[in-house]
Amino acid sequence: MSVTLAAPVSEPDLGENDLDDLGLSRSDYRTLYRVIRLQREFEERIYRLFKQGRMTGAAYAGAGHEAIAAGSAYALAPQDVLVPMHRVIGAHFLRGHTPVDMMLQYYGRADAPTKGRDGNMHCGNWSKKIVGMISHLGSNIPTAAGIALASNLQGLDVVALTYIGEGGTSIGDFHEGVNFAAVRRLPLVVIIENNRYAYSTPTDLEYACENLIDRAEGYGIPGELIDGTDIREVYRATQTAVARARAGKGPTLIEAKCYRLLGHAQHDNAWYVDKGYLEEGRRHDPVAKCARLLLDLGAVTPEELSDIDAGVAKEVDEAVEIAEKNPLPRPEEALEGVYAP
Amino acid sequence: MAEMTYLEAISTGLREEMRRDPTVFCLGEDIGLYGGAFKITQGFLEEFGENRVVDTPLAESAIIGAALGAAIMGLRPVAEMQFADFITCGFNQLVNNAAKTHYRWGAPVPMVVRCPSGGALHAGPFHSQNPEAWFFRVPGLKVVAPSSPYDAKGLIKAAIRDNNPVLFFEHKALYRDPKIKQTLPEEDYIVPIGAASVRRPGTDITLLTYGLMVYRSLEAAELLAGEGVDVEVLDLRSLLPFDREAILESVKKTSRLLIVHEDTLTGGIGGEMAAIVADEAFEYLDAPIRRVAAIDTPIPSSPPLEEFFLPNTEKIVTVLRRLAAY
Repeated sequence: MSVTLAAPVSEPDLGENDLDDLGLSRSDYRTLYRVIRLQREFEERIYRLFKQGRMTGAAYAGAGHEAIAAGSAYALAPQDVLVPMHRVIGAHFLRGHTPVDMMLQYYGRADAPTKGRDGNMHCGNWSKKIVGMISHLGSNIPTAAGIALASNLQGLDVVALTYIGEGGTSIGDFHEGVNFAAVRRLPLVVIIENNRYAYSTPTDLEYACENLIDRAEGYGIPGELIDGTDIREVYRATQTAVARARAGKGPTLIEAKCYRLLGHAQHDNAWYVDKGYLEEGRRHDPVAKCARLLLDLGAVTPEELSDIDAGVAKEVDEAVEIAEKNPLPRPEEALEGVYAP
Repeated sequence: MAEMTYLEAISTGLREEMRRDPTVFCLGEDIGLYGGAFKITQGFLEEFGENRVVDTPLAESAIIGAALGAAIMGLRPVAEMQFADFITCGFNQLVNNAAKTHYRWGAPVPMVVRCPSGGALHAGPFHSQNPEAWFFRVPGLKVVAPSSPYDAKGLIKAAIRDNNPVLFFEHKALYRDPKIKQTLPEEDYIVPIGAASVRRPGTDITLLTYGLMVYRSLEAAELLAGEGVDVEVLDLRSLLPFDREAILESVKKTSRLLIVHEDTLTGGIGGEMAAIVADEAFEYLDAPIRRVAAIDTPIPSSPPLEEFFLPNTEKIVTVLRRLAAY
């Protein structure tokens, strides 16, 4: 999807060197838009490559979640640890995984971050302070709590940020991890990406409370409900939670409402999704919303916006080219790395 | 130096590692103020403080998952399961998360999970189990099960210094057994993970075992010695990785093999040991490979039921005699 928007009619409200109420400059907004656009472009490409049979495994997209990915990870400091999930590949990009890295992952090539041992966005990289997600949803919340625990025990200034879909909040590990972090006031931020479908299961079959942040009170921690399609909202809420964590005040639960604009994964056309939901979702497309925001802020001209889009598309083209040329791992490399030396 | 019980050996090994390396810390239920359900960490809170002795909520998955996160951060957590039976509540964290982390994306996971295991204390189906076989088949994990104070101290130290998730099975019935007390070296030592130990050399039958069953096996071997049968008792000590060479070497010498474990028979690790010997030393065997293990039921509580369930010296002696006569 290409975004074509008219220039704003009013004067821009952010000068080139100004910082806005969130402490963000025009340059910050351009970075955020670029990451949001990159996630969309990258994942649309992945879906096409799958349909063409050029990849194996599974393809997931965060279409509709891009503002959560970029806005949250942008609130982290370099020493903080990202414990991402499957719909926030933009967070990987912000932490330093390149489109080439992630494309190599999808192609299962020799030089992929996991060397073909795991696929798609399932890659950690400690040099970038990224923990690899596992498919067992919720299981990385205790892991993230452990990272935050280590930070506290050692007097480090490290905050852990992790995610869970609203579907994953039904799993015991969600409770164990959040409760543990709450009891020990650990520097942890948990973002619930509530797109209202756990694969095909709607929320009325997932939980009985009105909002999932209602549970925060039960844990004795703050919870905030936000619009997860609004980059400013996501950044503001995460930044507040990160600052709170850094100040020793413990974990925060953020529930970011959003839409899943595609199926659960590439194979799923989401026939079961309510038509009104999709229409509403498209009206709240985070890519279009972010583009509009940049224009209104005066952070870009329509031409500059097009340039960013074109640059991102080129970057993804190049990533495909590099990944397809990269060798597959040697079969016997399957034996390597089971144990650390 | 005074003799040490098995429990004191574990406790001392853990304490020495915590003194040696500031990145080592303990976490678990009731381990701080209370000193642990079995008192392994008694006095630790006073010596090391709250940042090294972490009392947790009753949540095994959080304990193991948090240990994993702390290990990724470069610490060396030692997590306590109050009873090995409860490790099932953290099963996924071990077999999917911790065990696959290094393989998937290269982060070392230097963590230990201590598991007070085993029966013979009439503690029933949920405080007596030997769950090692569930983990024995998980690449990425290491599993040890020492039987003596010397090995317990040496292996807890080796486990803590290892850069992989290690399950440390400590047998509750051995904790305070005065008969197995040992005088341990003053100097620092480790017992390497993956090395078996010949507890009684012999020439006629190899008896492969570990944990509490080492002592039942040694008793049985002594009885057989009176009958002119020389049994070699090999204590595996490490279950994953296990000492393939020592097993094959012993079997090639004796040509007969009995495997004894306290865990239930079906799917117990004895089956794998038997398969390896059948694969790699078949032509050396003079008799079928035999196993003595607990019966395939939940572990019952009442003493006569539990005694019927568990392998014992008499059951081992019976099979050793049959093997010797084969």
